[in-house]
Amino acid sequence: MGRQRLQMFGKKRMPLLEVKDLQVRVEDREILHGLSLMVNKGEVHAIMGPNGSGKSTLSHVIAGKPGYEVTGGQVLFNGADLLAMAPDERAAKGVFLAFQYPVEIPGVATMNFLRTALNAQRKARGESEYSTPDFLKKVREVAARLNIPQDMLRRGVNVGFSGGEKKRNEILQMALFEPALCILDEMDSGLDIDALRVAADGVNALRSPDRAMVVITHYQRLLNYIIPDFVHVMSKGRVVKSGGKELALELEESGYAQFEDAA
Amino acid sequence: MPAVQETVDRVRRIDVDQYRYGFETLIESDKAPKGLSEDTVRFISAKKNEPAWMLEWRLEAYRRWLTMAEPTWARVNYPKIDYQDLYYYAAPKPKKQIGSLDEIDPEILKTYEKLGIPLREVAVLEGVVAPEGEQPRSRIAVDAVFDSVSVATTFKEELMKAGVIFMPISEAIREHPELVKKYLGTVVPTSDNFFATLNSAVFSDGSFVYVPAGVRCPMELSTYFRINERNTGQFERTLIIAEKGSYVSYLEGCTAPQRDENQLHAAVVELVALDDAEIKYSTVQNWYPGNSEGKGGIYNFVTKRGLCEGKNSKISWTQVETGSAITWKYPSCILKGDNSRGEFYSIAISNGFQQVDSGTKMRHLGKNTTSRIISKGIAAGKSQNTYRGLVTAHRKATGARNFTACDSLLIGDKCGAHTVPYIEAKNSSATFEHEATTSKISEDVLFYCVQRGLSQEEAVGLVVNGFVKDVLQQLPMEFAVEAQKLISISLEGSVG
Repeated sequence: MGRQRLQMFGKKRMPLLEVKDLQVRVEDREILHGLSLMVNKGEVHAIMGPNGSGKSTLSHVIAGKPGYEVTGGQVLFNGADLLAMAPDERAAKGVFLAFQYPVEIPGVATMNFLRTALNAQRKARGESEYSTPDFLKKVREVAARLNIPQDMLRRGVNVGFSGGEKKRNEILQMALFEPALCILDEMDSGLDIDALRVAADGVNALRSPDRAMVVITHYQRLLNYIIPDFVHVMSKGRVVKSGGKELALELEESGYAQFEDAA
Repeated sequence: MPAVQETVDRVRRIDVDQYRYGFETLIESDKAPKGLSEDTVRFISAKKNEPAWMLEWRLEAYRRWLTMAEPTWARVNYPKIDYQDLYYYAAPKPKKQIGSLDEIDPEILKTYEKLGIPLREVAVLEGVVAPEGEQPRSRIAVDAVFDSVSVATTFKEELMKAGVIFMPISEAIREHPELVKKYLGTVVPTSDNFFATLNSAVFSDGSFVYVPAGVRCPMELSTYFRINERNTGQFERTLIIAEKGSYVSYLEGCTAPQRDENQLHAAVVELVALDDAEIKYSTVQNWYPGNSEGKGGIYNFVTKRGLCEGKNSKISWTQVETGSAITWKYPSCILKGDNSRGEFYSIAISNGFQQVDSGTKMRHLGKNTTSRIISKGIAAGKSQNTYRGLVTAHRKATGARNFTACDSLLIGDKCGAHTVPYIEAKNSSATFEHEATTSKISEDVLFYCVQRGLSQEEAVGLVVNGFVKDVLQQLPMEFAVEAQKLISISLEGSVG
């Protein structure tokens, strides 16, 4: 964390995302016991850890999924209290969560869904809504870049999509909404190596000095394709070690066991 | 389940307490004395200047009704209705004899304008006469029924040119007695059921449509029903006859003011399709559903039935039901002609304390008759939503086929969805398929949508509209947009 702080002071800028001593309960069980994390614009952070370490909980709490009780700590987004905002408000402000398991919405054409969501976000930000031709132009351009066939856009949201198609649909939305913060929750789950490469290419294309990414993964494999600036290891609801990309390789060799006791 | 619960609570508050059509029109009216007797029947018949045969027909129904009991088999609960505590006839008091739209009481015209039914505009703006060489824009002829009487019918003259008769049934009884006599009560006999028999005795108005052989009706026909008076039952009667090779599409809309007491609506609709004829009947029902405590609202006991009399004839019912405190309604088809086809597409939304028991009957009598039933029930709040359907094949109905799909969607955990299908096949060549699903709007789907920037209400609206899409597609364009909005209002609470 030291290096990050220095960088921050050096450039005198506000972090995009600041998680301070976050404590979260689900029903009677505390999942996060004082987690801290700082993410600046332009950075890609990987969060690794064994199953049950609280990685997905962190992503859900940042995005505002109901069912979690924050019992302590803070989450600031561009300096504002993120936890006080409704989930749709967070989305409009630029928080995007790429789901581990994207849901299916029968009868709602993907194209219609994308347009409704994009315009809802724009409306919330006080921007004008896209007209149909402008929207179509934009979506076609983004879809072509990601190699997504038009036919997929006409089908119901994720209905009958393969695992790879579902993940590409998430990346399509990420590209379309242009969020400031992208959280990718276990993006590699259920993907074969080819599908993973396609998805990772899509994500890499969206790396930008104005955007930060938090990549949550159990395996090092994904980080061969999306190379992070920082790696954090989570165990039992805390960040137990932070470092550069080499930390991921270290973990690959020695496993998570060494951290179980540290937590 | 905080998110869903919140949505449900919000939906309940907003929907049932913000009924958009709940206003009352202050207008003088002419009422029959309270209660029901032979005198009431005579009063109504006299008001309508009916011929003697019509009065006899009514009286026979009334006498029959006295011997009948109210049905109790539906999954609905309501306090006993005191049939003597109702008014059976209320008419806006005419200032003078009405000759054209200009002479209608401006208060009534305003009511229809508020409801989005522009009686005057339709005639003027939509262009009765289209410019040379240009197709007229999509137009709808409207018959507006206010309490017990029809107040205006638009496009009458143009329809007459095509040979189509579209007029209040009270006028048709006087002007086309031979047609009315021939068909009235042939599909829903006066003895059919308690509510239909009551309607036969006291019906006051409704629409009459006759499409001659080989004519494709040049525009959508529409009737708009409005209950305004307090304590007044509305008993309209609609009769549509499609002669050989003809086609007609008919739309029906309904609203009522917001009142604390319950109001009774017992309509009868009869359709007759002769050889190769097709009737498409669409309803958007938005009667007042009662308030958030379940007080008030319309009791909607309706008998709708179509007879596919001729070979290759087709009758299609499409309904979007969002209102009424109680709905008891089964638009049905009797498939008598060989190769005839019946269709039933339904969206029934219940919220608050609404109770819906609705579905259809498809009776296959002719050879190679086919039918299709697509029912989408959506229950929210503390409502109960039942699909009840009957599919039968007569022993002579060889090759009969039916496909039924009943899907139910639950929003929240205090509502109920029920499916009660009856299937009777009396010959071995019949093929009946039945599919049913029940699902809940899941927390994960809602969260996915809000994470992408949609509000909770928009998310519910989107999911529900996806769920009912197959049925919405069956509605005529003008109505589909209206219906989609109505669904959003019923469940989202966002007006507009």
